[in-house]
Amino acid sequence: MSIEGKTEFTKPVYTRPRSLVDVKTHFCPGCHHGTIHKIVAECIDRYGVRENSIGVACVGCAVFLYDYIDVDVVEAPHGRAPAVATGVKRAQPDKFVFTYQGDGDLAAIGTSEVIHAANRGENLTVVFVNNTTYGMTGGQMAPTTLLGQKTSTTPYGRDFRSDGYPIKMAELLAGLDGTAYSARVAVSTPAQIRKAKAAVRKAFEMQINGMGFSIVEFLSTCPTNWGMKPLDAQGRVLGEMSEYFPLGVYKERKQADFA
Amino acid sequence: MSSLAAEASKKILLKGNEAICLGAIAAGCRHYYGYPITPQNDIPEYMAAHLPALGGTFLQAESEVATINMILGTSASGKRVMTSSSGPGISLMQEGLSYMAGSELPAVIVNISRSGPGLGGIAPSQGDYFQAVKGGGHGGYRLIVLAPHSVQEMYTLTMLAFDLADRYRTPAVILGDAIVGQMKEPFEATPYDSAATAEKPWALTGCAGRERLHVKSLHLKDNAIEVHNWKLHGKFERIRKTETRAESFLLDGAKIAVVAFGTAARVSKTAIQWARKEGIPVGMLRPITLFPFPEREVFDLAKTVDVVLVIEMNTGQMVEDVRQSTPLHDRIAFLGKPCAMPTPEEILDRIRALAGRKG
Repeated sequence: MSIEGKTEFTKPVYTRPRSLVDVKTHFCPGCHHGTIHKIVAECIDRYGVRENSIGVACVGCAVFLYDYIDVDVVEAPHGRAPAVATGVKRAQPDKFVFTYQGDGDLAAIGTSEVIHAANRGENLTVVFVNNTTYGMTGGQMAPTTLLGQKTSTTPYGRDFRSDGYPIKMAELLAGLDGTAYSARVAVSTPAQIRKAKAAVRKAFEMQINGMGFSIVEFLSTCPTNWGMKPLDAQGRVLGEMSEYFPLGVYKERKQADFA
Repeated sequence: MSSLAAEASKKILLKGNEAICLGAIAAGCRHYYGYPITPQNDIPEYMAAHLPALGGTFLQAESEVATINMILGTSASGKRVMTSSSGPGISLMQEGLSYMAGSELPAVIVNISRSGPGLGGIAPSQGDYFQAVKGGGHGGYRLIVLAPHSVQEMYTLTMLAFDLADRYRTPAVILGDAIVGQMKEPFEATPYDSAATAEKPWALTGCAGRERLHVKSLHLKDNAIEVHNWKLHGKFERIRKTETRAESFLLDGAKIAVVAFGTAARVSKTAIQWARKEGIPVGMLRPITLFPFPEREVFDLAKTVDVVLVIEMNTGQMVEDVRQSTPLHDRIAFLGKPCAMPTPEEILDRIRALAGRKG
């Protein structure tokens, strides 16, 4: 490992996941989408489902999922990914089906679709990325925007009297009988990344074992729209975001209802 | 084969909405998603009862918005899929239909239309003509639109709708109404010609043994969206050239030509037969495809008759396409009956008046 080249590599300790396409992403510096994509790709590899997967892309920064994850992908209208995924899974129950959605997509315009997909116990997996803002459209208030947080549409800070409260989707969906697994994770430290990957593995296993709906909510950064340096953005996730959106597993079904 | 389909191998009395289900099942549709709305509930109820036994999927969605996106997902999987609804529900599906047209996904959408705008009423109407034939959602596209006027046609045109949707990779609409959906007529199940079934190499089935595939409507790079729009336009032009269908009814020697579709055409047939008995030379051109509209047929017809009488169960929508098809606008007359079925007597009176006017 020395720069003099004396150490020879005998065994790779880290490689690009097979399911992650070898291209530069369009994501901003300090954005967590790249890390989350990698975790998803690693889990696809781990369970050997790459050639058996259909991903559903959402509207927003994550729409380019199909450029980065090397699986078949269908693009859904804004918020509708869980309904599209339902249509895919019902037509091909033997396939591995996942959506990848942001907070505007899943927790605002798409609340109906995700709640009913969960409530039906659709046997699919949702990767939900919560960065408390609309990234692609330029940093407007999201349903997950924290109280007091300034965005381009809450220039004086989010006020619960006019804008309501940040919505806690992992907890909300955990309350539904059809949900097999619901967890909230973060990827701001190496330890968190390991835990996040374990949660995605659990969510994938739920689907592979036919247990029903699984969701992993990621607390994620948006340094560009937060107006923060990447390192400060990590601090925000570890600080006020994690305080309002506690990390943890909110639901873990041990056995399928119909077993 | 379902019990109803087995019975239908001989002539039976059948409701229009049920004929759509038999046509869909005969054409290999095994996936149905929908949401309740009057006057089309016979369709989801039939599918709920029969699709599971055929190894298919029936799912009652939380909304028509979700419905059309489930349709999108199943269509992207390469499977034949159908939904049905009525005006307000079809409006909610327009977002998804735009995405499906953009993503080039086939499906069959049944509109057993009712009165509008808004909640309107449950009376039969042809007020959804514009929405169906002009695209309906954002962005510029067309839907293939078929207009059955009998229970038998509810069956045959549903089978045709699946074939056309697959052939051109775009959604096809059955535009019916409360009358043609709810009425019962003698019906005979004709066999489905599966030779017309299109291959779907674009379907998302997992990337085993091939490169990954995408189904999408977003085109951001360079002028890709312009190129895509021209490609879609070319497809719609091919549809215009090759798929126009219309029925000529008693047009030999006609000096008055009715142009009507669906239930309005059905009622007109009675009135035309009565008028013929009175010696009035009247016939009808009945568009079976509303998109593509039989423009050439209307153009030729208008040159040979004194009056083109457009009859619709609305205040005048298809009449605009008739006007666009011929420069002879002073020959075009209109009889509209919004949100109700015109009676044969009303139509006969108008035909008589037109015959008298021309002396």
